[in-house]
Amino acid sequence: MHGFWRWLAEKWVLLLGFVLLAYLFVPIAVVMLLSFNQPASRNTTYVLDLETFQFTWNNWTDMCGAAGICDSLLRSIYVGLSATVIATILGTLISFALVRYRFIGRGSTNTLIFLPMATPEIVMGTSLLTLFIGLQIPMGFLTILIAHVMFCISFVVVTVKARLAGLDPRLQEAAMDLYATPWQAFRLVILPLVLPGIMAAALLAFSLSFDDFIITNFVTGTSDYTTFPMFIWGSNLRGIPPQVNAIATAMFLISFAFVIAGQLRTRRRSARRAATS
Amino acid sequence: MTDQDLCIENVTKTFGGFTAVDDLTLTIPDGSFFALLGASGCGKTTTLRMVAGLEEPNAGRITLGGLDITRMRPYKRPVNTVFQSYALFPHMSVEDNVAFGLRRKGENRAETRRKVAEMLDLVQLGQYGSRRPAQLSGGQQQRVALARALVNNPEVLLLDEPLGALDLKLRRQMQIELKRIQTEVGITFVHVTHDQEEAMTMADTVAVMQAGRIEQLGAPAEMYEFPASAFVANFLGQSNLIKAEVTGQADGHVTVDAHGNRLAVPAGRCRVTSGTALLGVRPEKLHLADGPDAVPSGHAAVQGVVTDASFTGVSTQYLVRAPWGSELTVFVPNSGIANPALPGTEVAVHWSPAHSFLVGS
Ligand SMILES: Nc1ncnc2c1ncn2[C@@H]1O[C@H](COP(=O)(O)OP(=O)(O)O)[C@@H](O)[C@H]1O
Ligand SMILES: [Mg+2]
Repeated sequence: MHGFWRWLAEKWVLLLGFVLLAYLFVPIAVVMLLSFNQPASRNTTYVLDLETFQFTWNNWTDMCGAAGICDSLLRSIYVGLSATVIATILGTLISFALVRYRFIGRGSTNTLIFLPMATPEIVMGTSLLTLFIGLQIPMGFLTILIAHVMFCISFVVVTVKARLAGLDPRLQEAAMDLYATPWQAFRLVILPLVLPGIMAAALLAFSLSFDDFIITNFVTGTSDYTTFPMFIWGSNLRGIPPQVNAIATAMFLISFAFVIAGQLRTRRRSARRAATS
Repeated sequence: MTDQDLCIENVTKTFGGFTAVDDLTLTIPDGSFFALLGASGCGKTTTLRMVAGLEEPNAGRITLGGLDITRMRPYKRPVNTVFQSYALFPHMSVEDNVAFGLRRKGENRAETRRKVAEMLDLVQLGQYGSRRPAQLSGGQQQRVALARALVNNPEVLLLDEPLGALDLKLRRQMQIELKRIQTEVGITFVHVTHDQEEAMTMADTVAVMQAGRIEQLGAPAEMYEFPASAFVANFLGQSNLIKAEVTGQADGHVTVDAHGNRLAVPAGRCRVTSGTALLGVRPEKLHLADGPDAVPSGHAAVQGVVTDASFTGVSTQYLVRAPWGSELTVFVPNSGIANPALPGTEVAVHWSPAHSFLVGS
């Protein structure tokens, strides 16, 4: 008994970690399982019942089987990529300006850039909708893109700024002292060092854009530009096609692969470092 | 004066309302090892940055070999810097760090490789070319920073407290190393430091800087023996400074009254010849005698009581309280002759007037 308590005292953090991990991954595991299930009807897509579980590959082999599902997926990817590229470029430029230069309004910009992160999405969605209607911009791809770029920028700025702030400003000066023009100093020294931050920001922006529902719901208006989250929500009313589970699982595996690849890269680099020293 | 001298003429730099460098004029001879010595915050780094082109003066001119470089872009100047924090590029190998400047100048590959290898050998890092800066010790990083600047064969090498981050033993070692390298390459070194011992051991010429101005400039020994001001006397080594009134001048000596003691200082060793002044003597130039009778003729002397004696090995460091209350520091070399004076002993502190100096108070 004594031994048990000591064991618990030593390992409780570890145990708690496992419990937390389970808590995080159980829902994902359920979706994975369901992606191999043939539901009796569309209303039971999300019912995990081992009695009625019927194994099938259909959801995977016929991913685009449900009407509109793959169109919406492609739209989401397209919007996501476009918003990511634009928000990453703009956000990176803003971060550089905020970290490197002193100008009038720098302090307020620093605060304002947080605002979209802090504003409830429902508020941002309605105000964007009001704005677009007021400006008579037709709803559709353009309005969705504008909205996504807008809320992604904040996250890009926060991520890139953190990386930039940790960068010794002397590095740029050292490069210029060693005959590098300002552009060369940027390209050869600053950019390679900030790039991991920019990449992280881009991944974050993509995932934010890809699964945004609330704001998108407002700025899609009556157009038929249905993104993937909108499609799921829409089909929820009629019953969700089981392919959604396969797509969700695939998306999860792809993100997971990214994370693993990143981890491997760092690990390999530190291994190489350890080997040479 | 040869034609590659670095001249700083009436240069002023202000930040907001604060004057960091104040009407500074300085000539640094070609090929010399020049030390800029001063306490933290006196404007040393700012001065270097203006020479490197990283900061623009508000007024004045900087010329190198007669060429006005005051507003020349940093990447066009034939000047390289060893930064205080080294500022090595963390994502590049040691070799790539060192090759950076040569590549920007468009040096060809073979020549770059040869020069980089040669430079890494010079700083004894031949084995470490493929490592990243983070995999090196502080001393090794410091040498990479040096190699990275030196490989470009600049007209002037600027070193901003390059040894500041190293521990004492390594610092001593690197001082000798730096001096060796400078002699070998013959490039002008402008070495910024706040360590007076470092400045004196390394430099041909030392400039003592205070509050954005030069207090005194000269050869280390010259400055040590005859400082221009009380600040220099205390900043460069230790000094006993005794408050004194100038009473007159006779036979090439200035006579002073120091708390009732009539003392003389050779006229050539006086920065001031009237009013209130400070009479200075270095601790190692002071001697102890048992009483006034034991003082050699021609020596100046004051009475005192030993209050502290600390044995440091090579010497014993005494504190002697003078009648007017202040304490004099006396270094007595451990030559094995005299018995140590114990605290409480009455002694006469004496010195040769030729070893004293008079500066303004
Ligand atoms: N960019 C700057 N902005 C404002 N003040 C500065 C700046 N750079 C230096 N100073 C001030 O100028 C003075 C001299 O600085 P510096 O040249 O770095 O001194 P040192 O290198 O001798 O320690 C300091 O008081 C410092 O605070
Ligand atoms: Mg400094």
